[in-house]
Amino acid sequence: MSVTNPNWKPKIVAFCCNWCSYAGADLAGSGRMSYPADVKIIRVPCSCRVNPMFILRAFERGADGVIICGCHPGDCHYTSGNYYARRRLTMLFSMLDYLGIERGRTRVEWVSAAEGAKFSKTMNEFVETITNLGENRKLGDIRCKKS
Amino acid sequence: MNNRVKTLTETALLISGVNPKKCMKCGKCSGTCPSYDKMEYHPHQFVSMVEKGQIEKLMNSASIYYCLSCMACVERCPRGVEPGKLVEAVRLMKIRQQDANHKNGNDIARIADENVPQQLLMAAMRKYRK
Amino acid sequence: MQKIGVFVCWCGSNIAGTVDVEAVAEALKSVPGVVYSVSYQYMCSAAGQKLITDAINEYKLDGIVVASCSPRMHENTFRKTAEAAGLNPYMVEIANIREQCSWIHKDKEEGTKKAIVLAKAAVAKLKNDKPLKAGTSQVTKRALVIGGGIAGIQTALDVADAGYEVDIVEQRPTIGGRMAQLDKTFPTLDCSACILTPKMVEASQNEKINIISYAKVEKVSGFVGSFKATIRKKARFVDETKCTGCSLCMQKCPSKKGKDEFNMNMNNRPAIYIPFAQAIPNVAVIDPEQCIKLKTGKCGLCEKVCAAGAINYKMEDELIEREYGAIVVATGFKPIDPSPLNEYGYAENADVVTSLELERLMNAAGPTKGTLLRPSDGKHPHEIVFIQCVGSRCDENTERGKPYCSKICCMYTAKHAMLIRDKYPDTNVHVFYIDVRTPGKNFDEFYRRAVEQYGVDYIKGMVGKVAKEGDKLMVRGSDLINNQQVEIAADLVVLATAIEPDPSARSIGTMLTASMDTNDFFTEAHAKLRPVESPTAGIFLSGVAQGPKDVPETVAQASAAASKVIGLLAKDHLVTNPCVAESNELMCNGCSQCEKVCPYGAITYIEKEVRGPGVREVRRIAQVNPAVCQGCGACTVACPSGAMDLKGFSNKQIMAEVDQICL
Repeated sequence: MSVTNPNWKPKIVAFCCNWCSYAGADLAGSGRMSYPADVKIIRVPCSCRVNPMFILRAFERGADGVIICGCHPGDCHYTSGNYYARRRLTMLFSMLDYLGIERGRTRVEWVSAAEGAKFSKTMNEFVETITNLGENRKLGDIRCKKS
Repeated sequence: MNNRVKTLTETALLISGVNPKKCMKCGKCSGTCPSYDKMEYHPHQFVSMVEKGQIEKLMNSASIYYCLSCMACVERCPRGVEPGKLVEAVRLMKIRQQDANHKNGNDIARIADENVPQQLLMAAMRKYRK
Repeated sequence: MQKIGVFVCWCGSNIAGTVDVEAVAEALKSVPGVVYSVSYQYMCSAAGQKLITDAINEYKLDGIVVASCSPRMHENTFRKTAEAAGLNPYMVEIANIREQCSWIHKDKEEGTKKAIVLAKAAVAKLKNDKPLKAGTSQVTKRALVIGGGIAGIQTALDVADAGYEVDIVEQRPTIGGRMAQLDKTFPTLDCSACILTPKMVEASQNEKINIISYAKVEKVSGFVGSFKATIRKKARFVDETKCTGCSLCMQKCPSKKGKDEFNMNMNNRPAIYIPFAQAIPNVAVIDPEQCIKLKTGKCGLCEKVCAAGAINYKMEDELIEREYGAIVVATGFKPIDPSPLNEYGYAENADVVTSLELERLMNAAGPTKGTLLRPSDGKHPHEIVFIQCVGSRCDENTERGKPYCSKICCMYTAKHAMLIRDKYPDTNVHVFYIDVRTPGKNFDEFYRRAVEQYGVDYIKGMVGKVAKEGDKLMVRGSDLINNQQVEIAADLVVLATAIEPDPSARSIGTMLTASMDTNDFFTEAHAKLRPVESPTAGIFLSGVAQGPKDVPETVAQASAAASKVIGLLAKDHLVTNPCVAESNELMCNGCSQCEKVCPYGAITYIEKEVRGPGVREVRRIAQVNPAVCQGCGACTVACPSGAMDLKGFSNKQIMAEVDQICL
């Protein structure tokens, strides 16, 4: 997709679980491992708290990509939350794909509290993917569109 | 570092794909090198000299021809620095510099008949420069 | 309309360096609902907190947003400030503009823009916040210590000293751990057993300490203050209460070909054995893999000779279930096995040994009764080469070992070299090193003593090759200082192998949901400020389970962990997290979806009369037990009718954040 607006910057919502990935993001911060400012993080207690509704809402409101980060499989603070998240989101992503939201715009990544470098690397990669995909035009709520 | 040295260093790093900054200066490469005594500059010095941009010294040293390319240093290095590849790279740079050592593209076609061993062909290709 | 206050922190230059904090405060003023917005150098300072308190009182604020560092740092600080000013502590939201904004961005304009968005998102969330009230839960006044090495013993002793019951669960038949295997300890050269065994005895005699040896923790459920653990006590086939430790059975046992794990498999032991003379409990154990009676049904010699009648071939594993208020992980370490590295001829030559093997070879209770002899031919070695950093400090992408420094090897190698030179002055000792790392009290002096007084030959460089030649081992390495390659004909080569967490650590970490790093060391709650606590509440870390440590450091950390445990057990009640799930009874249709996903069994169903607009009937509805719920939110997504919501992270709150960010 060609980018029409030269000033276009991607809008990326990152849901991070409080125990692993949010701490990983903090570690990336204290280690000064930079990633683009286009990524905005929302703290949730666990990746299983991410309701598919939130992701749909994000795309509806004009997000260009959504990434969900949780603890590594087996390391969930709540024992099994990330497994639920994985299963639910796999279903959701395939539905979104059907609706025209490319697979690249959605991603699940496991980042532990000790993996600041991985967090930053993942975010850099994700922003790059989204930048290449361009602006998301699907699913947007036309009532929210600014002229 | 002047520009010439800088480009030389960059070339060596580009050809070898080695990152000398990963070296922790343990000297295991030199401990394992079978041609150590014959060399003026030893494998660990190669890494450190490339890092410091002293490539010309290396290119003019006979050390590059004493390396057997046995890759024992590459195999042993705990940091994955791969000094052997660096030696190869410097050697290649030297060969490329001496133009006489290069084959013309047309020469290769001339020597490449059925009886030529594969190995010789490979060697000729190496010396070929566009 | 709500009245919201926004407080933007400069954090010195940490935030103000890349974010125009005044512009952020100014931008937030125009957000509907915000009645007060200000920036200040250090919001967490007393003056900063007073600024918040005053604003709450003056403007009658009913919610505040603090744009500062991570909520993991100061959320509690600001909640307490708000509470002191008469505001509900859960009407506080933190916008993380340091770790997730100023520290990672370099462009000030970009950083400022992002900070404004993050602060606005926090305001949007705050508008949907509701005052919450924290409940309380009971504390079981008993601690569980997993691992009975020096770390576990020290923690248990300290906790017991404060008057609380402690259970030590040890996987081996005796407590003592790795330290029991050591010969001497640096830097004072105390005999390890002489300083450890009194501690072991003290633990066994302490009324408050209950040692469960030859056992493992199988399951842990619950949460801080009330964990429930299932411990499997493996069958020893010897009655612990009857056995006197006379060791007659060991002498009579005909099956003597077992590998002696305590001596690093360098000699044999009988099928019925006591690991070492000072074992605690001093009770025999039968190896079922090796015992003739248990394998074929014939023999029974030990039963015949046992005067105490302690042998019981029919013994079965026993499951113990207990409740604990706190759990301490002291699982310790093991040296790595150098054979898969395929280096230094370890797998091929008996005379290439690891340092822990050397430790046993030099110990009076070891396979050679304390005389240093080569394992291959039992001769005295006269030329010994030590190789440092074997399997440590390797690049993560190579498969040559661990990326970290194992910390203890430099010192124990200096110790070995010194002891050998002291006992056998006719022996030459060479040490190949990369760096000698001796940061510790009297450590560098110790290393210098090895060089200067004992004449240990330290060579800067690594060994590339060890090959057998006749009855010698040819060691070829580089001497980087003299710029030459050296070759030494050695009799014995000692590898200072890296240490790694005990293999049981991973499964214990998963069981406790305590986070670990990529090397399987347990992660601490804060790398600098909370080094003995796991991020999971109620789990504490002691010893090498957290990272490589020597004995004094381990003991210090063990006592620190104990003090944290005591601090927890001293409380009668804990304040619970009020951010728990809640079911809206008008919307719930009792479908049972939420119960299935709840990892804590916090959801039950009741028949209840539901009254609402146009509704008045008895219905089956879900009910959450707030004391058990941990607030993960799995149920909120599973709920098909949207009845289940999570307080503090409600659908409305998160949606508001999403909207704000995507605006």
